[in-house]
Amino acid sequence: MIFQDYVFYALAAILLFAGLRVITARNPVHAALFLVLAFFTAAGIWLLLEAEFLAIALVLVYVGAVMVLFLFVVMMLDINLDRLREGFWNALPVALPVGLLMAAEMVMILGSKHFSADMLNAPAPRPVGYSNTAEIGRQLYTDYLLPFELASVVLLVAIVAAIALTLRERKDSKFIDPAEQVKVKRADRLRIISMPAEKESVSAAEPAAENK
Amino acid sequence: MSVGLSHYLILGSILFAISVIGIFLNRKNVIVLLMAIELMLLAVNMNFIAFSHYLNDIAGQVFVFFILTVAAAESAIGLAILVLLFRNLKTINVDDLDSLKG
Repeated sequence: MIFQDYVFYALAAILLFAGLRVITARNPVHAALFLVLAFFTAAGIWLLLEAEFLAIALVLVYVGAVMVLFLFVVMMLDINLDRLREGFWNALPVALPVGLLMAAEMVMILGSKHFSADMLNAPAPRPVGYSNTAEIGRQLYTDYLLPFELASVVLLVAIVAAIALTLRERKDSKFIDPAEQVKVKRADRLRIISMPAEKESVSAAEPAAENK
Repeated sequence: MSVGLSHYLILGSILFAISVIGIFLNRKNVIVLLMAIELMLLAVNMNFIAFSHYLNDIAGQVFVFFILTVAAAESAIGLAILVLLFRNLKTINVDDLDSLKG
């Protein structure tokens, strides 16, 4: 075993532990923080696989943006935890066999000799000047240009949708639109009514004079 | 035993199985459901990157890039829907979301 193997086993153990805690943590805040740990260790494993750009992107985009969003939402909502945890372990008799079966099947397939994953030896180390980022960028802007543009459209739709969904008119706001004020017509504010002229009567004027 | 391609794939599949179990267990809590989906996508990305490394093909990493993009968009919209849901119903319990009589 070389040093990288020890690093892999350590990171894999942390990753699986964090994954287990994400799904079993009682408090959603703890679950979100364990998910952060899972993303960090996954970034470490990706570094072992020489995917440097994606490892850093995972830390920046997921840990930096998506998980902060998760934490914001989790802390903003006032959740009744006891109701959500009701019958939490009831599904375990179904979930555990399904999960174990899936994992066991995959291990049997991937670990067997006939899968011949061992035929693929680790590629030779990259030369000194090799840049993973430059290589991904070259691919993105040549072969994958159209998907790249589509990805940006997806992000734009997500931005617009997230804002449009959560936008609301505040009822207690005192804000007045200046454009509405400028647009106002005389007829909106002033009402001219036709009525007969009234003469000022003496009896009506006298009590007012007494009060003075 | 030296670490090879199958180790990474097995790690990804175990992670995927964990998140499937999480979806079963947390079927009432929408937030943790979303987190389990993120964990699933992470497991899938692990496979992509492992194959990309061992087959010496950068295309796998480009796909992971796109998956990250879509996953970020998905979680942003999912959380927006969650906030809207909580604002209107004061709950995120899946059992209470039965206005469509499903």
